[in-house]
Amino acid sequence: MPLRKKMEPKTVNNNFKSEEYFINMGPQHPATHGVLRLLLTIDGEIIKKVEPDLGYIHRSIEKMCERDSYQQIVHLTDRMDYLSSHINNEAVCLTVENALQLEVPERVKVIRTIIGELTRIASHCLWWGVMGMDVGALTTYFYGFRDREMINDIFEETCGARLTMNYNIPGGVMYDIHPNFIQRTKDFVKHFKTKIPEYDRLLTGNVIFQKRMKGVGILSKEDAISFGASGPVGRGSGYSCDVRKHHPYSALDKVTFNESLKTAGDSLARYEVRIMEMWESLSIIEQLIDNIPEGDYKVATNAVIKLPKGEYYQKVETARGELGVYMVSTGTKNPYRVKFRSPGLSNISLLNHIAVGGKIGDLVATMATLDIVVPDIDR
Amino acid sequence: MSYFSNIYKGVKTLLTGMSVTGKVFLNSRKGSITQQYPDNRETLKMFDRFRGEVVMPHDENNEHRCTGCQKCEIACPNGSIEIIWDRKVNPETGKKKKEIDQHIYHLGLCTMCGLCIEACPTDAIVWAQNYENSVFDRSHLTKVLNQPGSKLMDGVED
Amino acid sequence: MNISLSITKTIHEWLFSIMSETAASITEMILIATVYLAVFAVFGLYLVLLERKVAAWFQLRLGPNRVGFKGLFQTMADALKLVSKELTGTVKADKFLYNLAPYFVIVSALMALAVFPFTQEFQAFDINIGIFFLIAISSIGVIGILMGGWASNNKFALIGAMRSGVQTISYELSVGLSLLTMVLITGSLQLSEIVEVQKSGWLIIQGHIPAIIAFMVYMIAGTAETNRAPFDMVEAESELGAGFHTEYSGMKFAYFFLAEFINMFIIAAIATTIFFGAWLSPFGITESIPWLGVFWFLGKTLVIVFLMMWFRWTFPRLRVDQLLTLEWKYLLPINLVNIVIMAFVVWQNLIIQL
Repeated sequence: MPLRKKMEPKTVNNNFKSEEYFINMGPQHPATHGVLRLLLTIDGEIIKKVEPDLGYIHRSIEKMCERDSYQQIVHLTDRMDYLSSHINNEAVCLTVENALQLEVPERVKVIRTIIGELTRIASHCLWWGVMGMDVGALTTYFYGFRDREMINDIFEETCGARLTMNYNIPGGVMYDIHPNFIQRTKDFVKHFKTKIPEYDRLLTGNVIFQKRMKGVGILSKEDAISFGASGPVGRGSGYSCDVRKHHPYSALDKVTFNESLKTAGDSLARYEVRIMEMWESLSIIEQLIDNIPEGDYKVATNAVIKLPKGEYYQKVETARGELGVYMVSTGTKNPYRVKFRSPGLSNISLLNHIAVGGKIGDLVATMATLDIVVPDIDR
Repeated sequence: MSYFSNIYKGVKTLLTGMSVTGKVFLNSRKGSITQQYPDNRETLKMFDRFRGEVVMPHDENNEHRCTGCQKCEIACPNGSIEIIWDRKVNPETGKKKKEIDQHIYHLGLCTMCGLCIEACPTDAIVWAQNYENSVFDRSHLTKVLNQPGSKLMDGVED
Repeated sequence: MNISLSITKTIHEWLFSIMSETAASITEMILIATVYLAVFAVFGLYLVLLERKVAAWFQLRLGPNRVGFKGLFQTMADALKLVSKELTGTVKADKFLYNLAPYFVIVSALMALAVFPFTQEFQAFDINIGIFFLIAISSIGVIGILMGGWASNNKFALIGAMRSGVQTISYELSVGLSLLTMVLITGSLQLSEIVEVQKSGWLIIQGHIPAIIAFMVYMIAGTAETNRAPFDMVEAESELGAGFHTEYSGMKFAYFFLAEFINMFIIAAIATTIFFGAWLSPFGITESIPWLGVFWFLGKTLVIVFLMMWFRWTFPRLRVDQLLTLEWKYLLPINLVNIVIMAFVVWQNLIIQL
């Protein structure tokens, strides 16, 4: 974390060699996907140093969690990684349910998993669109959004919201799935199966794109592990870190799917991992959508939930990687401390490691493959 | 020789990409994915579970179902709901009963999480499906949900 | 001065009858310049509208459709807005160069229009080194971009301007060489004579294989010359924000914007003139109606403009070093070999003549 003091021009200039100069990328910059500020030290076009300056949208969600009851915490996690809000909600609910040793119905588990995978696809759709934009192919954005819109409609019909859904509650889900849910999801799966090959034809196969991505921003497996990379970033380096595979939660132990792994560790590998994940998510949805068991959609909990005294940890795989929820309870109706281990923070810490030596264009492309969501980093 | 095969493969991938966008271009007459928003207000229909804002339905006798139990106020994470209530003597039974004076809802604070509606034991508040919530003055976002002169529906107990 | 459509001829004679020869020439030049300026400013605006519409159709959108009938006045309204906007600037900018740059860009873009043969004998300025003039003029615009980027005292603008310099210097080589390939067939640099040669078949047909290669090279290099995607290193909005025109606002920004589109038109118009027979109609179907030449010229040009838009809305951007690799390792060697092939074709008289 860079110190504010360091950024004053006088101190900075003394350390610089004559050829290097300093450039301030962000907090308002099209490639930083929000209010992330990067302090770049550049020699011509070549990046010498990248210092991410975080905290521009820090909202102290962890502190707010200490104020709120366990039901109320859930809606705050929507605002962390807003692109996988359902999975964030699920993480908190699973923590609370585990602490209470509450057995949720099978139906809830399946619904949660289906919507979680839909969320993952929606997030990757948006990422794909933005990825294209960051490397200069502006049309991808709209194609990605076209498909994401269908998922958002499914969410809106069932949960009432498109982005910050707050569909999970401790003990189940808020409403039962909408009668149209199954049909719409099937339609989407059918539609999207024709669209991923289109993505590949438009962007993945493109020679310019391949040249931009291949061999750029290489992250070795050792570094991925030591930096705490998770999600597609870690798996692009051959680090098998899929929480869904290693610590299955909800209905994920009932489905068969392959963990998307690539060993190259460059930008292209991270890109391909995400494309593969879309296929895997589709297959998970297909396995579950016809087998939603009958039953209750929630189990009744006390109006005031009090967790037993102790510490609880639950990790889930969001679209960006491993999200850990650590809760300390003293037995009251509020948690004593909540800590979120967000995937974005550890992934952005890689940036200096993998972007140095590249061009400015490489930095932008590499950052896009990290798929950062700034509210997730800052919380 | 790989020099020429590279060129050939490169040009081929470029043409493949152009065929994708070209196909979309040719089909562009069939309509777009965007909506002509202010023009389609008449036809734009939200899903029935859409969370637009919290409202309190009243029946034709100007009666609502809110008993003033304040569960929604407690459930709300942001303090969007404030209930001003009083205990009034029911002239028929002679018993003192909790009755709401004003059910105040701050739309500006609301995050549409739905916990209040989940918490409500009498289904007094529900989601409305309106989607145009912008106003010129912030004070308009503070709403009183129960209509003036309204009273509790008979037979609603918490 | 070779303007002899009936109206222009009348004006020409009238002007020379009422004043001395020098004064009449000057008046005529100013008149023509004004007409061209007015026509192409409006035409440029409509190119912007076309680009936006085409982009929308590629991207499942509708595009501008509010101002006027189906949005036909959208860019007019935009221009009006830009005229009325405040001109902001950086404090430590080099004021003289900063203010000069937009005019430099727009003037060099408009100058090139003078030599195009829009139809038979409708050409403002028919010099015997027409192609040479076009190549020279089209690479002057980069000086304006360099000045703008340097003078605005912004590092992003500076990076953009430097990239532009590198890019234009590299790619004007390919533009020049690919046009030179075609000059081998025509044996003349004068545009009217080049069109004359094409009466026995457009040059892309006459020159067959080497001509098609030259056209492809020209299209790639031409797109790069106009700084458009996939070669928009100069602006590269995901990398540099807005590139060299970051600090420009209002009408000064509009000049840069308009110049980009006029440059695109120029590149397409050169391709039309050299490869596709300028105002000549296919198989001479409308040869009896000379003024239809304008229609054919603009039609062919717009098709090539559309192709450039298609490129822009499909391809990712190249990285700056890949940009140079493409030029120096691929386009330039291909071009040089292509010239030899073309020379052989012309020597052995393997030209296809209809």
